[in-house]
Amino acid sequence: MKRRHLLASASLALGMAFGGSAFAQGLDKVKACFVYVGPIGDGGWTYQHHQGAMAVQEAYGDKVEIQYQESVPEGADAERVLTQMALGGCNIIFTTSFGYMDPTNAVAAKFPDVKFEHATGFKREHPNVSTYNARFYEGRAVQGTIAGMMTKSNKIGYIGSFPIPEVMNGINAYYLAAKKVNPNVELSVVWAFTWFDPAKEADSAKALIDQGVDVIAAHTDSTAPLAEAAKAGGAVIGFGQASDMEAYKPSPRVSSIIDNWAPYYVERVGALLDGTYEQSDVWAGIAGGEVLIGDITDAVPAEVKAAAEKVRDDIAAGTLHPFTGPIKKQDGSDWLAEGATAPDGDLLGMNFYVEGITGDIPK
Amino acid sequence: MDLGGINPVILIAGLMATSVPILLAALGEAVVERSGVLNLGVEGMMVVGALGGFVVAVHTGSPFLGFAGGAVAGAALSLIFAALTQVFLANQVATGLALTLFGLGLSSLGGQGYNGIKPPHTTGLLPDALAQIPVAGPILFGHDWVVYFSILMTAATWYVLKFTRIGLIIRAVGESHDAAHALGYKVNRIRLLCIMFGGAMAGIGGAYVSLVRVPQWVDGITAGAGWIALAIVVFASWKPWRVLAGAWLFGGISVLQLNLQAAGSAIPVEYLSMAPYLLTIVVLVIMSSGRSKAAMGAPASLGQNFHASR
Repeated sequence: MKRRHLLASASLALGMAFGGSAFAQGLDKVKACFVYVGPIGDGGWTYQHHQGAMAVQEAYGDKVEIQYQESVPEGADAERVLTQMALGGCNIIFTTSFGYMDPTNAVAAKFPDVKFEHATGFKREHPNVSTYNARFYEGRAVQGTIAGMMTKSNKIGYIGSFPIPEVMNGINAYYLAAKKVNPNVELSVVWAFTWFDPAKEADSAKALIDQGVDVIAAHTDSTAPLAEAAKAGGAVIGFGQASDMEAYKPSPRVSSIIDNWAPYYVERVGALLDGTYEQSDVWAGIAGGEVLIGDITDAVPAEVKAAAEKVRDDIAAGTLHPFTGPIKKQDGSDWLAEGATAPDGDLLGMNFYVEGITGDIPK
Repeated sequence: MDLGGINPVILIAGLMATSVPILLAALGEAVVERSGVLNLGVEGMMVVGALGGFVVAVHTGSPFLGFAGGAVAGAALSLIFAALTQVFLANQVATGLALTLFGLGLSSLGGQGYNGIKPPHTTGLLPDALAQIPVAGPILFGHDWVVYFSILMTAATWYVLKFTRIGLIIRAVGESHDAAHALGYKVNRIRLLCIMFGGAMAGIGGAYVSLVRVPQWVDGITAGAGWIALAIVVFASWKPWRVLAGAWLFGGISVLQLNLQAAGSAIPVEYLSMAPYLLTIVVLVIMSSGRSKAAMGAPASLGQNFHASR
């Protein structure tokens, strides 16, 4: 009798142990790996992702191990790096640039037990691939408001990286917000065709300044455009991109968009630790805290600062959408009707300029 | 005065500054090649010079010392090339290519910890009032001192090569090292000094990228400028003033490309981006078609190693 009781309780304990692991596959220790497109020292995009990685380490201490690789080219090389990471025991791999989209999905097919998280992409071909993004265009609307009110030449500039939807959102939101406060504003766009090449970014900024542009927004990763703007001795202003870039305060850096990835990274790695991890597609903005607007400096008059902060707060409150109709496309065809706001699907596939922007989008 | 939305004055002023790195590196390489040595490691020397200049400028706070540091770093790296090719008689093409790869890796390693730092500002040489003069101001007076230095070095290189005894010796060594040796000149020693000069010039050119043009340090900051410099030397048929013209042409096209975009021109960007390289190919084809190597102006002993025992 006693013996039977003992056996029963033992089997119960065994069952609980197995059952527990089958239900929630929480891990005791997570190896979280990060693939960066530039060096951490870029002071922008990659730096911000690395801040997120460090926040994960801080949040979970010994329970996580962080591994990262810098300056991984987008393309075939990325697949090699991802494969090495997956073979090297990574439980979750964050690929932090748009160009890693196909390599991420290709490698994810081979390693179904490893979780893949791709930033700014839209392909989730396998159950172990999640995507995450931030509504950077909300920040662009704040910058556009400042740009439209601050420009003296009525010429504002934008350094584009690649003509992908994320960048198109940024350009159009920036222009629409500037146009709203300054109907005479003209936008010049220069395509650098790189995420990170400081010499080229600096040359692009210089070309814009030479053309009379006095407010520059950059969609590339380094501080080079701000360094170039600084040479103009206060006549040209710009914005911190991805990171606060506070070294260029108070001018030329008058405000910034800060990508705040830390909460997302901490949440995802935490979910893996406690077994609640699920495939997801996250796209948060100012309201969700993923996009922060950096301190607006005193180089901007108080009323401009107030207007920009109102745009920020209205977007956060949900009362303002940067893309609110009536908006026409560059070719004059209708996009959004009066009062309509842009559906997410349109934004994720955006491949056109809005009416008023000159120039062609390179194919 | 505007041409297609682009102000030619600003364009010319811009191209003069943009072309400084390739001009300096190409001048150095022209002298090296005139002495009969083909050093394909220009890119490596430039990037090491960019790092050396940046590190020295950050620690001393002086841009001038930074450029000197860039020159020393470039010359030091070129010594490796000189030792391998002049002492151990290694193949110059292979050694030069290896030097570029080594320089890129070395600078990447040495540059750890220098990302995201701002170097001291290199100031303009002349008072701002002069730069305000219409047309002539931005083109003639608005630059930092390195731009004037690069033009000065073009003139100096031309003068030395053409009119001085040193220039004659360098050219003799490059045209026929056996004859120069028979006359009692130390061929390898002269070549060593020319290689170091080329390294120093490439180093200053690299330092201009990291101290003025960008200005910050990142891996591989020269982004292929050394290869363009090599092409310009051939393009210019080893003549200093033509090197200047070639460098400005290349710099001009790259500035024009971005300016046309900023001005909203309808010309597709891709064609302008590839224009400098297309032009180099076209010039090389024209120059080499149906003519001898001598007609192109290439030094007769270019790329050949020399040993006195032969």
